[in-house]
Amino acid sequence: MPEKCWKDKNLKLLRTLLILLLIQFKAYALIEVDITRGNLSPLPVAVSPLASDKKSLVEVEKTLKIKDIGSEISLVVENNLKQTGLFNPLEKDAFLQKPDIAHFKPRFEDWKLIKAQALITGKVEIINENLRVEFRLWDVLAAKEMLAIAFTTVPTNWRRVGHIITDKVYERLTGEKGYFDTRIIYVAEEGPKTKRIKKLAIMDQDGFNVKYLTLGNELVLTPRFNPTNQMITYLSYFRNLPRVYLLDIETGIQEVVGDFPGMTFAPRFSPDGKKIIMSFASGGNSDIYTMDLENRIVERITNHPSIDTSPSYSPNGRYICFNSDRSGYQQIYVMKSDGSNVKRISFGRGLYGTPVWSPRGDLIAFTKLHKGKFYIGVMRIDGSGERLLTENFYQEAPSWSPNGRVLVFYRETETDEKGEGFSAKLWSIDLTGYNERQVHTKTDASDPSWSSLLSN
Amino acid sequence: MTRNIIISSGFHLIIIIIATLSLPFIAKTPIDLPPIISIELIQISEKTNIPFAPKAKKIIEKVKKKEKERIVSEQAPPKKIKKEKPEAVPLPNEKIKKVKKIEEKKQNPEKIETEVKQVSEFEKKELFDPTNIAALIDKSKEEYAKTIQTTDKITQSQDRNIEGIGLSLSEEDALKAQIFGCWSIPLGLPYNENLLVRIKLKLKPDGSVIKSEILDHVRMNKPGQSFYKVLAESALRAIRLCQPLRVPTTGYERWKDLQLNFDAREMLEG
Repeated sequence: MPEKCWKDKNLKLLRTLLILLLIQFKAYALIEVDITRGNLSPLPVAVSPLASDKKSLVEVEKTLKIKDIGSEISLVVENNLKQTGLFNPLEKDAFLQKPDIAHFKPRFEDWKLIKAQALITGKVEIINENLRVEFRLWDVLAAKEMLAIAFTTVPTNWRRVGHIITDKVYERLTGEKGYFDTRIIYVAEEGPKTKRIKKLAIMDQDGFNVKYLTLGNELVLTPRFNPTNQMITYLSYFRNLPRVYLLDIETGIQEVVGDFPGMTFAPRFSPDGKKIIMSFASGGNSDIYTMDLENRIVERITNHPSIDTSPSYSPNGRYICFNSDRSGYQQIYVMKSDGSNVKRISFGRGLYGTPVWSPRGDLIAFTKLHKGKFYIGVMRIDGSGERLLTENFYQEAPSWSPNGRVLVFYRETETDEKGEGFSAKLWSIDLTGYNERQVHTKTDASDPSWSSLLSN
Repeated sequence: MTRNIIISSGFHLIIIIIATLSLPFIAKTPIDLPPIISIELIQISEKTNIPFAPKAKKIIEKVKKKEKERIVSEQAPPKKIKKEKPEAVPLPNEKIKKVKKIEEKKQNPEKIETEVKQVSEFEKKELFDPTNIAALIDKSKEEYAKTIQTTDKITQSQDRNIEGIGLSLSEEDALKAQIFGCWSIPLGLPYNENLLVRIKLKLKPDGSVIKSEILDHVRMNKPGQSFYKVLAESALRAIRLCQPLRVPTTGYERWKDLQLNFDAREMLEG
C-alpha cells in the first residue's frame, strides 16, 4: 500500500513536470525588431549658465573685466556645440530652472518639457586667485549624471576651459574626441590684391585670441603645425627665394630647412614630428624629399621627370599621398614612405591637388578643378568613394580637424571689372557636406592648418 | 700687428651687424603657449552625487505618488475583464446567468455600447458573440453549450496561430517608424566595428516601458568600449523619448516582452 502511494506521488510529480514543460512550450517567442535607421537632426542640449558666488564675480570683474564669467563660459560651450551641426543648444529664455541648479540635481521634468535631451550645469569660483570651473553633464531622459569634471587654471584661461568642457561633452555624447581646444594657423592677408601683405597668424579654432607670428615683410605660404603644436614649417619668400622654414612658436627662433640649391615648397611634418617632407624644384622638375630634423639628413623620395608635390603622410607614417602630373594631368598618388609602390588613386574627370591624409587614416581630402569650378572632396585611400563636399569659384588647401570629422579650407571671391571685391576667407565643412560655416577672422585669410588637441 | 687686430675686429663687427639685421625675427618677442590647465576628475559617487533641491524633492515625490495611482488605475480595468472571461465559458449553470445578463443589456443597447468601448478589440468579439444571442433567442441550453464549445475551440486555434508569428509587417513598420524618429544616431561612431546594441523591453499594454535591459551590459563598462556605451545610451534615450511605444492594440501577451536591435552601421556608412 505505501509502495502504491509512493508510485502515485511519483506519477503526480511527473504530471506536474510535464504540465510545467508544456507551459514553457506555450510561452511566446521573443519578438525582435531591428532598428537600422535613426534621425540625423541635431541633439537638443541645454547649456545652463554656470553659477558663481558674489565674491568670485567681483574678483573676476576686477581682473578680467567680465561681468558674468559663468554665462561667458557657457556661451563658449554653446557656440562650439552649435558649430558642429550635431547639437542644437536650446534658447536660454526657455529654461525653467535658474543657474543655481549647479548645487543640486536638476528638476528633469522641467528640462524634458523644453525637449532637452542633455543638460550641462556647473559653477565657477575663484580659489587662491585661480579659476576653478566645475561642470556636470546630465542625461535628461534617463535622469542621471553622465560626466562630472573640474578644472583649475589662471583666470585669463577661461575661454580655453570652455573649449575643454565642449571637448569632454562632445566625446561623451558622440563617442569620438572633440576638436575645440585647438588652434588654427593661417596666412593673414591685407591690402589690395596686387600688393598683398601676408603674415603668419595663429588663433583659437573659434577665431578668438589672434596673434601674428611674422611682420609681413616677406611673403609667407602653407604653414603647418608639428604634432606637438610647438613648431611650424612654412614657405617664405625671404629675399625673393622661396624656401621652407621652421619656426619655434615658444622661442620665436626660425631656420631654413635643408641646404637646397633651389626652391623648396609644400612642407609638412611626419606624424612623429621627426621629419619634414617637402618638394624641391630644380630645372623644371620637382620631386619629393624628406629631411630628418635630428641629423639633417636629406632623402630623395620620388625620382620622376614630372612635377611631384603636396606630399602628406598617413597617420601611421607608412604611406605618403601626393599629387603628380606624370599621367599627363595632375592626379593623386599613394606610395610607401620610402618611395616604392607608387599607385594612382584618382581617376575622375578634372585635376586633383593638395591631398591630405585624414588623422583617422581612412580618407584623403583633396581639391579638385573641373570645368572651371573648384571642389573640396574626400575619397578613400584606395581612391574609391569619391565625395565632393563643396563647390565654389575658387577654394583650396583643406586641412583636417584632429578628429578627422571637419575640414577647414579657404575660399576666394571673384574680383569685379574694376578689380575690386576680392576677398579670401576661411571656411569649414564636415564630412556630411551639409554643415558649411565661415570661420571668422579679423583680416582676409588663406592656407589654414589645424593643430592637434592642446589638451589630451 | 695692432692694425691687423683692428681690421679683424672691424670685419667681425660688420659680420655681426649684418647677421643681426638680416635675421628677420631676432627682435621678435616669443609667443606665449597657453598655460597648463590642471584637471580634477570628480568621481560620480554617493559623496559627490549631489542631492535634489528641496523643491524638486517634493515635486518628484508628488509625481511618483501620482504615477503609482495612475499605474493602479490603468491596470485595474483589464483585470476586471480578465475575470469576466472564464465566467463565460465553464459551467452550464453559470452560462445561463451570463446569458441572462446579456439579455438585460440587450434591452438597453446604449449601455452595452459604452461598456464595450472600454475593452479591447479581442474581448469585444467575445462579448458580442452572435452565438450567445442566438442561444438567447432559441432558449435552448444544449445548443448554446455546443456552440460555445465550438467557438471556444476556434478562438483557441486562432490564438495558437497568433503565438507562432511575431508582429505583422504593418505593426513592425509602425514601431520602427516611431523609433527611427526618436533615435539620434551619434555620428562619431566608427561604422566598421561591431556595434549592435540589443535591448530587451518589458512593456505595459499601453506601450510604455516597465523595464529596459541592455543584453550585453557587461560591455558597457569595459575599457575601450566607449563607442558601444555611447550607442547604447543613445538607444535607451530613443526608447524613453518614444514611449509609449506604438504597439498593436491587441495581443498584449505576444509583445509584452520585446527585443530591439539597434544597428547604426547602415546610416554611418552612407
